[in-house]
Amino acid sequence: MRPLKIVVLAKQVPDTRHVGPDAMKPDGTVNRGKLSTVFNPDDLHALELALNIKDRIPGTTVTLLTMGPPKAADIIREGYYRGADFGVMISDRRFGGADTLATSYTLVKGIKKLAPYDLVLSGRQAIDGDTAQVGPQCADKLNIPQVTYVEEVVQITNDKIIVRRRLSKGVETVSSPFPCLMTVHGSSPTCRSRHAKKVMQYKYARTKTELRSADEMLLSLHQKRPYLTIPEWSVEDIEANVEKIGLNGSPTKVKSVENIVLTANEAKFLTESDADIEMMIKELIEHHTIG
Amino acid sequence: MEKIKSVLVYCEVENQKVADISQELLSAGKRLAEKLGSPLEAMIFGSDLHGIESQIAPFGVDRLFIGNSLRLEPYRTLPHAALAAHILKEEDPQIVLFGATSVGRDLAPRLASKLNCGLTADCTILDIGDHFVKKEKKEYKDLLYAIRPAFGGSIMANIINWDMHPQMATVREGVMKKEIFDEHYNTEIVEVDVHSIVNEEDFVVEIIDRQIKESGVNLKEAPIIVAGGYGVGSKENFDYLKELAELLGGEVGGSRAAVDAGFIEHDRQIGQTGTTVRPKLYIAAGISGAIQHTAGMQDASMIISINNDPEAPINKLADYVIHGDLGVVVPKMIKYYKQNAK
Ligand SMILES: Cc1cc2nc3c(=O)[nH]c(=O)nc-3n(C[C@H](O)[C@H](O)[C@H](O)COP(=O)(O)OP(=O)(O)OC[C@H]3O[C@@H](n4cnc5c(N)ncnc54)[C@H](O)[C@@H]3O)c2cc1C
Ligand SMILES: Cc1cc2nc3c(=O)[nH]c(=O)nc-3n(C[C@H](O)[C@H](O)[C@H](O)COP(=O)(O)OP(=O)(O)OC[C@H]3O[C@@H](n4cnc5c(N)ncnc54)[C@H](O)[C@@H]3O)c2cc1C
Repeated sequence: MRPLKIVVLAKQVPDTRHVGPDAMKPDGTVNRGKLSTVFNPDDLHALELALNIKDRIPGTTVTLLTMGPPKAADIIREGYYRGADFGVMISDRRFGGADTLATSYTLVKGIKKLAPYDLVLSGRQAIDGDTAQVGPQCADKLNIPQVTYVEEVVQITNDKIIVRRRLSKGVETVSSPFPCLMTVHGSSPTCRSRHAKKVMQYKYARTKTELRSADEMLLSLHQKRPYLTIPEWSVEDIEANVEKIGLNGSPTKVKSVENIVLTANEAKFLTESDADIEMMIKELIEHHTIG
Repeated sequence: MEKIKSVLVYCEVENQKVADISQELLSAGKRLAEKLGSPLEAMIFGSDLHGIESQIAPFGVDRLFIGNSLRLEPYRTLPHAALAAHILKEEDPQIVLFGATSVGRDLAPRLASKLNCGLTADCTILDIGDHFVKKEKKEYKDLLYAIRPAFGGSIMANIINWDMHPQMATVREGVMKKEIFDEHYNTEIVEVDVHSIVNEEDFVVEIIDRQIKESGVNLKEAPIIVAGGYGVGSKENFDYLKELAELLGGEVGGSRAAVDAGFIEHDRQIGQTGTTVRPKLYIAAGISGAIQHTAGMQDASMIISINNDPEAPINKLADYVIHGDLGVVVPKMIKYYKQNAK
């Protein structure tokens, strides 16, 4: 089998299990500064799938690509710690406020700059927007086939990959020629943990932006070991059309947002009385939890 | 006069049966179409679809596009995307709806990219309304309000799209209610010339094997789960939980102790050795909350625990802790839901 070039799309996401009411700006966009962030769970599965292929086919390379604010460089470092070969960050204020159409446009511009590639992997969905749209939209823009909800790689030959997909009512085994895009389901194996050696090797990896506030030690280290400098691409670097990115390129707009957070896990204690049960049901309906 | 653009629904079909979600969407689409005074259209691609309109027309569909070919079933992305894109370009509808299913969530985003339009995912409410765009000083009339939960269910966002058409949305199964509009509705049928639209290249992804369970339990995708534990006490008592689940548009699940006791089927077990779920609402009735169970449900957006032991560990995770006998509490929940739901 020939070695593959794999690109893994990974997103830094707010930890949606702990969204406070102050985390949304008045215009409905996320106030990322107010939330702790995590590596999107499905994307860790996608990374594992890629690393698993690399284990099977020596010489395979895994490149992590993320679009996000400067802080999203954490994703690249985390990928290095777990075994990714390369990482690239797309970051520019002008990309902000993107919906899935603009996000996929931007990512595809980055993927094309990384070409040639055999396989593009994404998570099935991100836990903040929860749309599961970015993967298929990238596949369309790259004009390659897509295979969604992948759970396991069954077989790889020189020109084809056979995988099992997890559907809501069963499973399906399909084959696709290369290059193709696959979205990875959370039921696939969980990601291996960090290697201590890789953590040592990459803990000083930084983007240009991060290096601006770095000390002498870090700067000279980056001079000696250029691989530590994480490539950071702007609108111009990926030759993106400003009309197609960020808010400008996003047809969907958030008109209004209704917060339905209950005071963070302060439980309400109820009895089995009619009054208590009716009150609860009314609250649930009012908060659109049921209805 | 300008032609009034339609509301169009993509229908899923397998083995000559139109999916429930698609019929739910037709009903929702009809309500939108009536508000807009526009026609309702549908498209369906599959094999052996002769007579399929009998499952679609009664929902008030004015026009049905049928793509009939052996190779269109089971669903594959590329041929369906090619057909749908062709119809959307010709018809230029104002609103297009898809199920938020394994199929719809695969197809709709690819199409939205192809047509360069917006797509709102997993809507729970669809409505029509206006929007004033300050920058343009212009009021846009009759837009689709696509309302959806996000951030793990902690917010509801109303998402609109005024400048790039059509407006597309996916809707979760069980959210909209099926309503027959007219048993004898007259639907115009348009046969789509599949072979002139779909290329050989659209079939590069091959299905090698397929195992689908017809009555498949769909715990993972269920927005609401009513789960029972050993405390439910009997198979018969589980019927109350089933009734509540059905009423709320959810699924029934169980702890391993409930499965082991034979109260409920094995494929409904939730937890470490069962299914892991993240519904927006998890009702745990008579479940103590062993770690092997909570591992599979602790990420639910909201948890209600019904237990006669105020110290049950599950209560620590719960947003509502109901201290009481589930035999009393569950029927009351059913009663008050029926009284208060719209
Ligand atoms: C409340 C709210 C509701 C929203 N609703 C919609 C909506 O209905 N329609 C819409 O078009 N947009 C919507 N958005 C915008 C959407 O969340 C963003 O466009 C987001 O950047 C990508 O969408 P997602 O999180 O849903 O990703 P998904 O499509 O769920 O992500 C799938 C996969 O794509 C990859 N990926 C996604 N984003 C990136 C990235 N930045 N870098 C690298 N890889 C990535 C990852 O592998 C990920 O697992 C909404 C945003 C908010 C705040
Ligand atoms: C390796 C391993 C894997 C496992 N995997 C799983 C798994 O995947 N899923 C899983 O669920 N378990 C699993 N278990 C089992 C788990 O440890 C618990 O034994 C099990 O979850 C207990 O189920 P329960 O809460 O229904 O029963 P119990 O612990 O017996 O709890 C019953 C509860 O019902 C309450 N109750 C009783 N009567 C009433 C009433 N009338 N009204 C209201 N409340 C009432 C009681 O107060 C009690 O809290 C696993 C165990 C092991 C060792």
